[in-house]
Amino acid sequence: MTYYKEQRIKLLFEKLSNEKRGGLGVFITASDPSLQISQDILRGLPAAGADMIEFGMPFSDPMADGPTIQAAGLRALKAGGSLKRTLEMVEVFRKTDNNTPLILMGYYNPIYNYGVENFLNRAIAAGADGLIVVDLPPEEDGELCLPAIKHGLPFVRLTAPTSDNERLPVILKNASGFIYYVSIMGITGTQSFAIEGVRNSVKSLKSHTELPIAVGFGIKTKQDVSEITRIADAAIVGSAVVDVIEKSLDANGNGNAKTVEDALALVQDLASGIRPKPQL
Amino acid sequence: MSVTSPPNTLREGPNENGHFGIFGGRYVAETLMPLILEVEAAWKRAKVDPLFWSELEYYRKHYIGRPSPLYFASRLTDHFQGAKLYFKRDELNHTGAHKINNVMGQALIARRMGKTKIIAETGAGQHGVATATACALFNLECEVFMGAEDVIRQKPNVDRMRLLGAKIHSVTSGSATLKDAMNEALRYWVSKAETHFYIIGTVAGPHPYPQMVRDFQCIIGEETKQQMFEAEGRLPDTLVACIGGGSNAIGLFHPFLDDDVEIIGVEAAGHGIDSNQHAASLAGGKPGILHGNRTYLLQNIDGQITEAHSISAGLDYPGIGPEHSWLFETGRVKYVNATDNEALEAFALCSKMEGIIPALEPSHALAYIEKIIRSLPKQHIVVMNLCGRGDKDLEAVLPRLEEMGKL
Repeated sequence: MTYYKEQRIKLLFEKLSNEKRGGLGVFITASDPSLQISQDILRGLPAAGADMIEFGMPFSDPMADGPTIQAAGLRALKAGGSLKRTLEMVEVFRKTDNNTPLILMGYYNPIYNYGVENFLNRAIAAGADGLIVVDLPPEEDGELCLPAIKHGLPFVRLTAPTSDNERLPVILKNASGFIYYVSIMGITGTQSFAIEGVRNSVKSLKSHTELPIAVGFGIKTKQDVSEITRIADAAIVGSAVVDVIEKSLDANGNGNAKTVEDALALVQDLASGIRPKPQL
Repeated sequence: MSVTSPPNTLREGPNENGHFGIFGGRYVAETLMPLILEVEAAWKRAKVDPLFWSELEYYRKHYIGRPSPLYFASRLTDHFQGAKLYFKRDELNHTGAHKINNVMGQALIARRMGKTKIIAETGAGQHGVATATACALFNLECEVFMGAEDVIRQKPNVDRMRLLGAKIHSVTSGSATLKDAMNEALRYWVSKAETHFYIIGTVAGPHPYPQMVRDFQCIIGEETKQQMFEAEGRLPDTLVACIGGGSNAIGLFHPFLDDDVEIIGVEAAGHGIDSNQHAASLAGGKPGILHGNRTYLLQNIDGQITEAHSISAGLDYPGIGPEHSWLFETGRVKYVNATDNEALEAFALCSKMEGIIPALEPSHALAYIEKIIRSLPKQHIVVMNLCGRGDKDLEAVLPRLEEMGKL
């Protein structure tokens, strides 16, 4: 059994705390729009200002994603993307970066199909630092969450605006790494968050857990990142980055050098929105 | 059957977490969890409330038109020269299929929860029409998600839903068919949790849907049991029903699971199981997780869900209800399949011999019956669930029957 030792998430949030600033998490879908371009974007993300990477494992039926990330998944699968290839891309990424936390994000069926133990061993060996599996609520912890914990690999939980005081302890019980707060009631990349609601929810979460809080879904601009990182430990941007990738494609849906350039330029811009947290 | 000691009853599933053996469960995003827990709580309250059942019974009798007849198909029986064939006539229900049995139950629960708006997914449109019908009756707003491909293929049902006051969401994401309609309905539901109730049309989805839909469809088997005692003074020997998601089949089967009755489910083999163009999840799939439950699914080596194919839009789904997966693995129910062409021939045969135009879905069940019934003894009794009528299919069927020289 491969055991996870690196603790990159923990070290990142310690560093952010020392620097008195919030972090920027960036989501991209592995193999979108092609293996090579996706690998190039991934390699460039830390230098462009991403503190943490959510690396999407493409799935044919992404229940919690809006049109932008759905389309990215289909492009990735069309380009030959698979779970096996996603793990190989992580391995390649680790040859140039040994500090940036990379969290594998996706849906359970490809993992179940690959075999849970096999997946955990290979994900850890490749250099992944955690898992976000959208369709595994605490009710199904026996599937992957508890096995991941046995391997020492953080299993990041999603909480939602509807996660009330009764529900939160259930969600947080086996949570590790950080908490991913979903800022809207809906799917990725559709609506915009209301800052007051997020502030109250983050405050409430902080009273339930010591884990860092990252906020995602509906965060699109530098301004959004700036607002969110004032009140949470990190902001996660997904659809906005994926959207730039999509817009750079030619008429045949192929990417090019500009795809990498545009994606990383957006990340640089988003990262410039990060402000230190106000002194308490 | 398993060699270990069998449970006393096969009817007590699922467990409290919604699992039938390893199948079923609640594999949904946290954003959906409060919604399905709320539905589960409302369903638990309704289930033990005699007022709920008496209200449902009123609508079953006066609106749906239950009980549906158990009809002895004498000409087909004579034609096959084998076992006696009975049809459970659920195609005579209001709206022309078994779907309304479930919809009325869920619509009453939605009302009890104070929900004013209803979401549904539909493939062929039968569940969509049934839902739009109940919404008209109860003055609820209705939004139906339907794959863009199906909106074109099933225009008469789209027109019916619009006439009944439903809004149609034409789903273009993914492959633009039933599975994508269900994805989209779930996505939409998350953003409308306060006001909307999601009426799922088959025995799939996250717990409690597979159980709740089954319990509403069990009226089919309960009536059949009683009617068979009245007609023949005994249990039938063999039950046969078609399976897409499997709601009509589980409705017929479930009340007989503990009885000494052979039970057969017929999946859609499309162009043939070897062609890879079929909708037979048990024959050609493997266990996986989709739409909130673990069940047999059509998928590729990487766990990506693949397209189903069947001439019958109602069977054209890459999954199957989790309880069927469990009944398959325990061996209690035998699962077989019939191709598009076999179903078309049965469609024509039933129309000409019995004066009943069956839907393409139960035509699959009849096609399989034809393969076995001749070799069964004359006193053997077979019951088939005739779960829908075929008017909706004429446009798809007639050109094919002409090609085959069956018209």
